[in-house]
Amino acid sequence: MERTFHHDRSELHGITVVVETTGDEVWVGRCDDEDAERVILLDADVHREGEGEVSRSEWLGKASRFGVWPNHRRVVLARRAVASLRRLGSEP
Amino acid sequence: MPYSPLLVKPMRDELTNLGVQELLTPEDVDGFMSDSEGTKMLVFNSVCGCAAGMARPGVRLALQNGKRPDKVVSVFAGQDVEATAKARSYFPDIPPSSPSIAFFKDGELIYFMPRHRIEGRSAEDVARDLASTFDEHCS
Repeated sequence: MERTFHHDRSELHGITVVVETTGDEVWVGRCDDEDAERVILLDADVHREGEGEVSRSEWLGKASRFGVWPNHRRVVLARRAVASLRRLGSEP
Repeated sequence: MPYSPLLVKPMRDELTNLGVQELLTPEDVDGFMSDSEGTKMLVFNSVCGCAAGMARPGVRLALQNGKRPDKVVSVFAGQDVEATAKARSYFPDIPPSSPSIAFFKDGELIYFMPRHRIEGRSAEDVARDLASTFDEHCS
């Protein structure tokens, strides 16, 4: 994967990512920055297991095809609550 | 707030120099969408260098393909705000993202390349995806 033009930021800056948390949330948003302490997402949306009628896999599938609605302008996730971080569209 | 027109002009020119028509007003967009015959591509241009820096060269390379859409137009997100909102209103179920690229055949949205399918990829990768769509749907 090529880096974006902002070489002073993390490698994922400007890249839309999937953040699986250690809880029941999965976030999708554009990574602004990430380090050992936190992950910062912009224009993000979240799926919470058990909420709504759409399963996590369905929600992620739709996100992978079309992106997500920017329901959260900026989200800061504590790194200790992050189980995995990957680029959207690179689902196993 | 829209960016300075001076800053944006080279990014507009990068597409208009390819023959891409800019849609500057909601009326322009309605006019474009009302003609439902044939194949059309709508590029949501953007200032963001993270992705748009690959989107425009990707479009340029794709338009060198043997088959290409009958019409190619663009709106500039964050700049021509009303035209962009009008364009997005034609596919309200798809989250807004820019840059992004929509492809229509006979008035139907056939293919959509959201921002995350552009960011972090090469212009050649973007062009390959677009050209594949052209080959399948254009004559």
